[in-house]
Amino acid sequence: MAHVSLKALEKIYPNGYHAVHGTDLEIQDGEFIVLVGPSGCGKSTLLRMIAGLEDITSGDLEIGDRWVNDLDPADRDIAMVFQNYALYPHMTVYNNMAYGLRNRKISKEDIDAAVRGAADMLNLNDYLDRRPSQLSGGQRQRVAMGRAIVREPALFLFDEPLSNLDAKLRNQMRIEIRNLQKKLGTTSVYVTHDQVEAMTMADRIVVLNAGQIEQIGTPAEIYHQPASVFVASFMGAPPMNMLEATLNGAGAIEVAGLGAIGALNSTPYSGPVKVGIRPEKVKLSNRQEGDNQPFIHEFTEELGAARLVHGRLGDMPFVVNLHQEDMIPEGALFASLPVETLHVFEADTGKRVAV
Amino acid sequence: MKSSVTSATNLPKINRRRRLVKWETVIDHSVLILGSALMLFPVLLTIMTSSYDKLAFAKNGLQFGWSDKFIENYNKALFEPSGFSGTIDGMTMLSNSLILGLGFAVGKIVISMMAAYAIVYFRFRFATFSFWIIFTTLLLPLEVRILPSYEVIQSFGLTNTYTGLIVPLIASATGTFFFRQFFRSVPEELVEAARIDGAGPVKFFIDILVPLSKTMIAAMFIIMFVFGWNQYLWPTLITTEEGMFTLVRGIKNIIQSFTDSNAIPEYGVGMALTIITMLPPVLIVVFFQSWFVKGLTESDK
Ligand SMILES: Nc1ncnc2c1ncn2[C@@H]1O[C@H](COP(=O)(O)OP(=O)(O)O)[C@@H](O)[C@H]1O
Ligand SMILES: [Mg+2]
Repeated sequence: MAHVSLKALEKIYPNGYHAVHGTDLEIQDGEFIVLVGPSGCGKSTLLRMIAGLEDITSGDLEIGDRWVNDLDPADRDIAMVFQNYALYPHMTVYNNMAYGLRNRKISKEDIDAAVRGAADMLNLNDYLDRRPSQLSGGQRQRVAMGRAIVREPALFLFDEPLSNLDAKLRNQMRIEIRNLQKKLGTTSVYVTHDQVEAMTMADRIVVLNAGQIEQIGTPAEIYHQPASVFVASFMGAPPMNMLEATLNGAGAIEVAGLGAIGALNSTPYSGPVKVGIRPEKVKLSNRQEGDNQPFIHEFTEELGAARLVHGRLGDMPFVVNLHQEDMIPEGALFASLPVETLHVFEADTGKRVAV
Repeated sequence: MKSSVTSATNLPKINRRRRLVKWETVIDHSVLILGSALMLFPVLLTIMTSSYDKLAFAKNGLQFGWSDKFIENYNKALFEPSGFSGTIDGMTMLSNSLILGLGFAVGKIVISMMAAYAIVYFRFRFATFSFWIIFTTLLLPLEVRILPSYEVIQSFGLTNTYTGLIVPLIASATGTFFFRQFFRSVPEELVEAARIDGAGPVKFFIDILVPLSKTMIAAMFIIMFVFGWNQYLWPTLITTEEGMFTLVRGIKNIIQSFTDSNAIPEYGVGMALTIITMLPPVLIVVFFQSWFVKGLTESDK
């Protein structure tokens, strides 16, 4: 168990590519942190720097009060779970889990106890003598977890551990990993590009974009108060609708091609903005009333519990997540955008405008 | 009841008729059998001739049939000292050949695995360059560099030693190339998992890379063993003492009786020795065949 602290971490690859820009992050003891971002944004690079698999170009990395920049991966008291499991193909499940302990010169009895304990926890008891090739994807992932657990490390690192599994198994393993981590109380850093995983598993989410932290916050904060256009459109499925607009000093929002759609209570900001609204916050109706706007309906996706109504507002693409059972998206449609659900971002920097 | 009986007797008839028409299969098999026969015929002739005494060959050439000297010839070939010095028998040559074949194969595998390991896993400067240098030695087979090689071995006083016989042959560009390709296909994450598990370079090599390369090693072993076993030029040059002769090099000497130049060469014994020479490589291939195919076609990852 340990807290982890990243101070101004930088990574420049030997080929000159600047993959991680000055990253600061304080991870509390026992916290489950999820690094999320589009592929190529530097999540793995950051995780591998913490693991010691990539050199740290500059900055400081501490794991539990130890400065570990120059330590070998084996000496950092970490364990890592890889996307493709990285099990030793020629070793049995038992030996896969025991290998790291043997290298640490731990007594046979202790190794046996640790491996059997982990196998118990992961329901792997019946498979200890099998080779990885004789296991299903989910079981392999469990073995990889077991290999991490037996070491009782201060820090778990996961690099997209579930992306090779099918959707159903992924949901199941997601819950399993989270429960296990809670039980063990081990500080964890988990990398994924899947925002559902990020939202459901994290104590705190770190959203990365192009090697830079966009926002750090609890899943609720990230969802309800996205700090930037990037976070707003990356987190949430379907993504948040974005409309080009201008804010005049008094708080009135004027959307390009639509006109005024309402006014904010108070904001000193004025100028071009992007106005965002989550698809589930939009209300559709067949009658023009109040401030609602004509919605050009294009097609509907049936999801069962809800329907996604795709179309345009003004000339901008717009999606409505329709929960109203009785509402049939046909004929003339009007969308109302409740002002209190709007997110306003500066058009040029993409930063959230305090409302 | 009756109808079922008739249909039961009818069915095989139809099947038989249909099977008769499969001319492709017949032709395929004829070609294969003919090919095998063609390849095996000389071997068969040799085996048959090895059951005759030397006079039969001297008079009538190769024999097609069986005679009564089989056991005697093989006994002579293996155990009767002969040659110029009259001290070398088939068993000595067999063991020399085995030492050459094994030393050659094991040496080549060890050296090329270690070279490939260094090239693939250690980011030293000029790694790729070194690899291509090694690779270009393919252009310099032993036959090309045989004089300088001989000079070196001779100046070290290594003629007529196993060291001199084996060491100059074991540097292997081919082996290094195959192992390099194989190591490069081992997932990067495996190396990283091992690093996190506290395995240093030597441990990783022995605990993980070598077991993973098992089938590859087996395939290389067969190729290299047969290649080493069949060496002729280098042993001929390096071994002058008959006690160091290998089978491939020694057959000729043993059938000629130097003590009496008028005597008829021991053809029957020579044929027997030829068969003995062929056996170990054949056995090795038969034994390791499934591994060999596995090693070349599938990767155990
Ligand atoms: N060894 C490397 N050398 C140079 N560039 C690299 C290397 N590894 C990754 N990169 C680059 O760094 C960026 C971030 O990579 P990565 O951390 O793997 O992204 P992801 O967020 O998808 O895990 C990518 O643009 C990638 O091309
Ligand atoms: Mg990645």
